[in-house]
Amino acid sequence: MEQVDADSSPIDGTENASEFLLEARNIVKVFGPLRANDNVTLTLKSGEIHALLGENGAGKSTLVKIIYGALQPTSGSLLWNGAPVRIANPAAARAMGISMVFQHFSLFDALTVTENIALALPGNRNMTVLADSIATVSREYGLPLRPDALIADLSVGERQRIEIVRCLLQEPRLLIMDEPTAVLTPQEADRLFITLKRLAAEGCGILYISHRLDEVKRICHEATILRHGKFVSTVKPQEETATSLARLMVGGEVAVVKSGETAKSGPPLLELIDLTLPTDDPFGVTLKNIDLRVRSGEIVAIAGVAGNGQSEMFDAISGETLGNEKGAIKLAGEACGKENITERRHRNVAFVSEERLGHGAVPNFSLSENIVLTHHATGDGVVRKGLINRSAATEVIGRVTKVFDVRKNTADPEARSLSGGNLQKFVVGREIALKPKVLVINQPTWGVDAGAAARIRQALIDLARGGSAVLMISQDLEEIYEIADRIAVISRGELSPAYPADEISLERIGLLMAGTQDELGDNGELARLG
Amino acid sequence: MSELEAIILTIITASTPLLLAAIGELVTERSGVLNLGVEGMMIMGAVCGFATAHLSGSALLGIVAALFAGFAMSMLFAFLTQTLLTSQVASGLALTLLGLGLSGLIGESFTGVPGVKLAPLYIPLVSDLPFVGPILFGQDILVYFSLMLVPAVGYVLLRTRAGLIVTAVGGNHHSAHALGYNVIAVRYICIGFGGACSGLAGAYLSLAYTPQWIENMSSGRGWIALALVVFATWLPRRLLVGAYLFGTVWIMGLYVQGLGVAIPSQLLSSLPYLVTIAALIIISRNKTLTKINTPACIGQPFAPER
Repeated sequence: MEQVDADSSPIDGTENASEFLLEARNIVKVFGPLRANDNVTLTLKSGEIHALLGENGAGKSTLVKIIYGALQPTSGSLLWNGAPVRIANPAAARAMGISMVFQHFSLFDALTVTENIALALPGNRNMTVLADSIATVSREYGLPLRPDALIADLSVGERQRIEIVRCLLQEPRLLIMDEPTAVLTPQEADRLFITLKRLAAEGCGILYISHRLDEVKRICHEATILRHGKFVSTVKPQEETATSLARLMVGGEVAVVKSGETAKSGPPLLELIDLTLPTDDPFGVTLKNIDLRVRSGEIVAIAGVAGNGQSEMFDAISGETLGNEKGAIKLAGEACGKENITERRHRNVAFVSEERLGHGAVPNFSLSENIVLTHHATGDGVVRKGLINRSAATEVIGRVTKVFDVRKNTADPEARSLSGGNLQKFVVGREIALKPKVLVINQPTWGVDAGAAARIRQALIDLARGGSAVLMISQDLEEIYEIADRIAVISRGELSPAYPADEISLERIGLLMAGTQDELGDNGELARLG
Repeated sequence: MSELEAIILTIITASTPLLLAAIGELVTERSGVLNLGVEGMMIMGAVCGFATAHLSGSALLGIVAALFAGFAMSMLFAFLTQTLLTSQVASGLALTLLGLGLSGLIGESFTGVPGVKLAPLYIPLVSDLPFVGPILFGQDILVYFSLMLVPAVGYVLLRTRAGLIVTAVGGNHHSAHALGYNVIAVRYICIGFGGACSGLAGAYLSLAYTPQWIENMSSGRGWIALALVVFATWLPRRLLVGAYLFGTVWIMGLYVQGLGVAIPSQLLSSLPYLVTIAALIIISRNKTLTKINTPACIGQPFAPER
C-alpha cells in the first residue's frame, strides 16, 4: 500500500478557464444574531491538500457545509472550475464530484458495509458486484474492509475507512475531510496520510479540517485560517511553525500549562481490582480484568480509540453501571463496587462524564439547578433538610465562574445557552469546587477551544498536586502527554498496565491502542509501579 | 361445515384486520415515524368504506373509499408531524380521537342500515372441495391481499434499494440527509402507506367481518396492531406469526367460553395478549437482531438545517 505511483501525473485543470477547482468568495452565513461566516474566502486547486484551520466555533464546519450543499450561504458565491454554481443540496454536490468524510460519521449502525456504501451511490446496484468493487478499491488503497460486516461491530478506524472508500467509489474531484485523525491511532493516521497524498497526486483536491498543527505542517500545501467566523489569512504551513499557526488561530498567545513537580507516590485512592463487567448492550464493550491504581497526587490517563470500553469503564467507576463484585472498585481503600452514584459521591469522589449537555448538565435547567443536581449529596449546604438553598447554589456558581472564567450573559442562565467551551469549564469547575479526593473525568477538553482547554488542564494538574487522585480518559494524545503522570491504554475492553508518561513512546501507545501489544513483548511488570 | 372449519374461518377473519393495519404501521415505523393514530385511521376507513358501499352498492368501491379515507387521515398526521414538526405522540393520539369522533358523526345516518358484504372469491371446482375449499380458496379478496402484502413488504424492505432507503431514514435521519436523501418525503410516503393499510383494515371490519356500521367498531384493534409491530421487532414475517397467533388465541378463548369451561372470562380475554407477548419475546431473544431492526430514530422530529 506504500507504493504510491511516483509518475502518476496530476490531472490538472488545463482545460478549465480557472486555475482553481473551487473558489468560495466572500461567503457570509448568518444564524440569527450569529455571523458564523463573515466574508470568508477560500481557493483550492486540483491536486492540492488545503487545510482549514480554526478553533471551535471559528466557522470551519459552516463553510464546509456550504461547500457540500448542506447549508446555503446568506451571501457570497461559489465557483467550480471558474464557473459560478449554486449547490442546492448534498446530492448536487456529489453529482459535481464533491465528497465529504464527516467528523461524526454519516453511517448507519444497523446496516452492512455494502448497504452503507450503496446508499451513497446513485442508481440501483447489484449488491454482489458492489461488494466486489468495494473489496477491490479498499485493497488498492490499502484500506482493508469486509463488505458484509455490520457497522455496529466495527472500530472507529474501520468506520472511517468505509467513509473514505465510499468517497473513492464516487471518483471525487474534491474530497472534504472533517477532523479525520481525531479518532485514529497514530499508525492509522499515517496510513490515511499516504492515501490522501496518493489521491492528491491523482489530481483530487482535498480540503482538510484539523486542529492538529503538526499534521497540517506535514501533509498540507496551503492552509486557510479562520477566527470567529472571519478570514484571517492563507499561508503555506511548511513555512510556518506550530506556534505561529496557533497564534493565527487564537489571535494571541496560547496559555502554556505548567505541570509543576511530578507526583510523589502517595497512597492509592482509586483502585480497580480485576474489574470485569459484561455488557447488556449488543453494541457495547465488555470490560475484562481491569487492574488500575491511581495514587494521591498523580494524574493517570487512559488512552484509546473511542468505543473500546472507555464509557463502560467510566460508568463502572461512577456507579452508573453496577457490578457484582463489591471489592472490584475501591475508593480511598474501601470497597464500594455495589454502591450507587450518590454513595460514591459521599466518599468525596467526583465524576465528569463525556457528554456535557444531556449527561453532565440538564440543558433546560439553570446553572444553579445543575449545581444542585451533583452537589445535593455533598458539602456546600446546597440542600438542607430536603429544601434547596438557592443562595448557596448561586454562591457556588460565583466561585466556579470566577475561577474558571465561565462567560455567560446573565447571572444564572440555562445550561444550553452556554457555548461548548464555557459549559465544559462550568461542568469541570462544579466538580473541582468540591475539592474531591478522587476525580474521574472523561474527555475533559473534547470540542473545547485552546484557551478553555488550557485552563481545564491546569485545574486538573493543580487538583492532583494538591493531593487528589485524577483519572482522565482521553482520546487526545497531545493532551495526555501534556498532563498525565502515567498512561494506560484501553483496547477492546482490556486495559494495559499504566506506564510512566516519560517512558512510553507515542508509537508504543499507538500499537497498544490497536491491541497489538503482544507483538512487542510486554514490559509491563517493569513499568508497573503499583 | 364442520366445527374446526368454522373455527379456522373465524381465526382468519379475526386476524386479517390486525395484519393489514400492522403491516402498514410497520412501514411507517421503519421510516422512523411513530403514528399512534392507527385506530382513528382504521375507524375512518370502516365508516367511509361502509357508507360508500351502501350508497353505491359496490363493496369494491367501498374498499377504495376506505383506502383513501385512511390515506387522507395519515396525510393530516404527516402534515402536522413532518411539515409543522408537532409531537408525533400527541398528534397520533389526536388523530385517533378525531377518527373516533368524526366516524361517529359520519356514521350516524348509517347505523342499522343494511350493509354490503364483500363476497368471497369463488373458483369453480376448487372452492367446492370439502374443508380446504372454503379455507384456501373461498376467502375474500382482502384476505388474499393481506397475505400477499406481507411478503411483498418484506421483500421491498429487506431486499431492494427503496427498502434500504426507508431503513436508512429510520435508522439515522441526519446521515440520510447528509447523503442527499429527502427524509421528509420518504416519511410522507411511508406514513401514507400506513394510512392506506389502516383504511383497508377498517374496510375489512365494516364490509367483511360484520357488514354493518357500529360506532366504535374497531374496538381497540388499532392499538393491538401497534403493539404487534413492536413485538414483531419490525420484521414482516414475525408480524404474520404475531397477528395470526393473536387471532387464534382470541377465537379459541371465545370458543372455550362457549363450551362453558370454568375459566374466568377476564383471564380468557387477556390470554391473546399474554400468549402473543410471550411468543414474540421468545422469538426476539436475539438482541443484536432486535437492535438492528429497531428504527433508531423512531418518534424523533427531523428538520434539515437551513
